[in-house]
Amino acid sequence: MNDFTVEAIGLTRLYGGREAVSNVSFNLSKGQVLGFLGPNGAGKSTTMKMLTGNLAPSNGSVKICGIDMMENPKEAKALIGYLPEMRPLYKELTVDEYLTIAARLHRVSGAHIKKAVELAKERCGLSHMSKRLIENLSNGYQQRVGIAQAIIHNPMVVILDEPTVGLDPIQIRDIRALIREVGSERSVIISTHILPEVEMVCDHVQIIDKGKLVFNGAIDVLKKQRIGNKLLIAMNKPPKAAELLKIAGVEEAESVSDQLMRVRFADGATPAEAIVQAAVAKGWGLYQIGPDQTSLEDVFVQLTYQEQEAA
Amino acid sequence: MIINVARKELKSMFASPMGWVILALLMFSFGTYYLNGVNDYFAVMSGAMRPAERTGVTQFVGQNVYGFASFMVLFAVPLLSMRLVSEERRSQTLPFLFSAPLSLTEIVLGKFLGLVAFLSILVVYIGAMLSTLNIWADIDFGFIVANSIGLLLMVASFSALGLYFSSITQQPVVAAILTFIALFALMFLDRFFAGDPSNTLASLSLTRHFQSFAGGLIDTADIAYFALFIASFLTLTVRRLDADRLRG
Repeated sequence: MNDFTVEAIGLTRLYGGREAVSNVSFNLSKGQVLGFLGPNGAGKSTTMKMLTGNLAPSNGSVKICGIDMMENPKEAKALIGYLPEMRPLYKELTVDEYLTIAARLHRVSGAHIKKAVELAKERCGLSHMSKRLIENLSNGYQQRVGIAQAIIHNPMVVILDEPTVGLDPIQIRDIRALIREVGSERSVIISTHILPEVEMVCDHVQIIDKGKLVFNGAIDVLKKQRIGNKLLIAMNKPPKAAELLKIAGVEEAESVSDQLMRVRFADGATPAEAIVQAAVAKGWGLYQIGPDQTSLEDVFVQLTYQEQEAA
Repeated sequence: MIINVARKELKSMFASPMGWVILALLMFSFGTYYLNGVNDYFAVMSGAMRPAERTGVTQFVGQNVYGFASFMVLFAVPLLSMRLVSEERRSQTLPFLFSAPLSLTEIVLGKFLGLVAFLSILVVYIGAMLSTLNIWADIDFGFIVANSIGLLLMVASFSALGLYFSSITQQPVVAAILTFIALFALMFLDRFFAGDPSNTLASLSLTRHFQSFAGGLIDTADIAYFALFIASFLTLTVRRLDADRLRG
């Protein structure tokens, strides 16, 4: 027995003859937040639909806390809270009415419904919106109602499809904090194409492109990949590249613009101090030095691009 | 769980003016027919001298009102049933139900029961209205009960068919038109075969099966017909929604 909350085994989905998702497998344990990344049309939403039982996989299976989604859909679905890409809100109802229905349908026992609704509203910052019609709420508040609906029955697994779309920066911060909070005791899967968000919120990242998993691992691995082994140096009077190469550990030097130079050093070497000393001694007019971070975007593009070349 | 889905449907129906307006208009027209029926009764009966020509007030007024009601629901049900699934499909709220721990059968039965519960308000109201005749006359409650059961079964059959047509399209209006045409054809099927009443197709007509109830007779064969009618269309709806999950 393992204690995986979500197990996806060889998920494949065909639309016509085209594979929208092909052979996606992963596990998720309690207390983890999984970020699902990918360009548009990569199969993120399709995978999420399969995980939540909204779409039958052409091949493969999904287990939620060990319960098979195909064999015991009702038991499995009871453990999931899901917010699809298009918010499933009944706009003619008020926030309270809608959340009460959500609680009731998700088997919250009659005595606890009121408490569950209050708690969900509090966690999503909706307490002062109770009696408003959902129709009349702003986009951001509607999104919060969608999230409240997904966590109202305190599910083991929360699956949110692009939860921060349409929110203002403060709301985004609140929602991220909420995701972290939920993720500390349950499992959360979020999909997004905002990369910094993944870095802030998730423990695990999966990058999916054209229906295939391109990257699957801890966020640290991705971060390491992006910090790399480069330094960016800004100087008023930059020297020739050859002069920099003399410094121990430096393997490559190139000038980026007339004042900027990029230096690649060997793994394990720390040439920064030596460079600074040389700059002072020779009067290069150094005014800035720092690691040259490949942005997460670059890593992302690299990973999805490699896949294209391979294909 | 079925009850919870039905409650949700009822809430949605009463949350929009549509439900209230249809209820009010139907009540108004039934009330008018009832009043006319009572007036006509005295006019007609004062002319009917021989005992064989005389009918009871329950039957006279009842036939008037129930006959009209069974015709009016032909317009009302498509308007109410059209939104059941197609509206959810259009505003993409179906995943809310699909990802809740509910089976498709529960969802469909819940929606069906929600609509029938709403329409049964009408049936109860008509029954209560006719019962007020008892204040002045000694009426035949059996007749009213049989008619109410008949009307309820007919309304339930309409709803099942409406639910199915609502599940095959995204456009509520298309669902309403399809439902109306199908119901209209089924209602008047027996008219087309008026020359040959023993024709098998004629016995598919909804009106024909309502006839025995209208006369005050509860016939198990007719109950079976309505039950099968409802069961078939609910099964078709479940199949249609399952296809959504399979085909995406």
